[in-house]
Amino acid sequence: MSVTSVDKDLDHLTLTLIADFAAPVERVWRLWADPRQLERWWGPPSYPATVEEHDLTPGGEVTYFMTGPEGDRHRGWWRVSSVTEPTALEFTDGFADDDGKPKDDMPTMSVTVRLTEHGGGTRMEMRSLFDSREQMEQLVSMGMEEGLKEAVGQIDALLAA
Amino acid sequence: MVVEVDELNDETVDRLFHALADTTRRDILRRCVRGELSVSRLAEAYPMSFAAVQKHVAVLERAGLVAKQRSGREQLVRTDPDAVGRARQALDELESAWRGRVDRMACLLAEDPGSEENDTPEGTER
Repeated sequence: MSVTSVDKDLDHLTLTLIADFAAPVERVWRLWADPRQLERWWGPPSYPATVEEHDLTPGGEVTYFMTGPEGDRHRGWWRVSSVTEPTALEFTDGFADDDGKPKDDMPTMSVTVRLTEHGGGTRMEMRSLFDSREQMEQLVSMGMEEGLKEAVGQIDALLAA
Repeated sequence: MVVEVDELNDETVDRLFHALADTTRRDILRRCVRGELSVSRLAEAYPMSFAAVQKHVAVLERAGLVAKQRSGREQLVRTDPDAVGRARQALDELESAWRGRVDRMACLLAEDPGSEENDTPEGTER
C-alpha cells in the first residue's frame, strides 16, 4: 500500500497523510501538474472529475467538475497560493455554483503538498485542513444528509419491492 | 450522529429510522447543525403549527439525533451535540477520500512509471 501514515488532529481539524510512491519526483508532480492526469485520480470512480482550467501558478485557478452516476455535476475550484515545481504546491479547494463561480457560503479546505525523494522513490506529504470549525460542521451535515437520504431511499425501495 | 454499533438494539434502530423517515424531520436536522434556532424560530420555517414542529423535534430528540440546550428563556435545538465526534467523522471522511486518491495515483504511476511524452532517462528506475 502506498499510504505510509495518516495523522488526524481533531483540535486543528487537520489531516496529514504521507504516501510513498515507486516513481521519481518529476513523475509524481505530473499527477498534479497535468490536468489529464489529475482528472484520473481526483474524483472517486463513481464521481469522475473533468478539469477545465488548470493554471498552476501563484494566484492561478484550477476549475473542475465531478459527474455523478445520474449525470449530476458538482463543480469545484482551487486557488493556487504557491508553487515550487516539482516539489511543492499550496492551494485552497472549494465548491462552485453551476457557472463555476466560487460559492462563498460553502466550506473551503487548505491543501499543502510536498514531494521529496525518498528511498529511490517519492514521498508525498499532503496536509489538508478545514478553514473553520463551522465549515467542517457544515460538511459533516451535508454528508450526513446524503447518507440519510440514501438510507431512507433504500428502505423505500425495500418497502416497494 | 455518533452511534456505537454494539449499542444498536432493535428499539434504538426503530426509533432512528422512524425519526429519519420524514422530510420535515430530515430538514430540521439540517437546519439545526449550528444550534442557533429555538423551536419557535424553527416553527416559522414550516407551514405547520408550533405544536407539530415541537412534536417532530421530540421524535428526533428521542432518537438521539438532536439535543435541546437552554439559553436564557429559549430552548435551542442542536443536531448532534458531540463536536468531537463530528470532527472525527469529518476527518475520517477526508481520510477515506485521500486514501482513494492515493490508490488511484499509485495505479496511474504503475501504468506509466516514467514520463510519456517528454521521455527522461531517469524515468523508470534510479
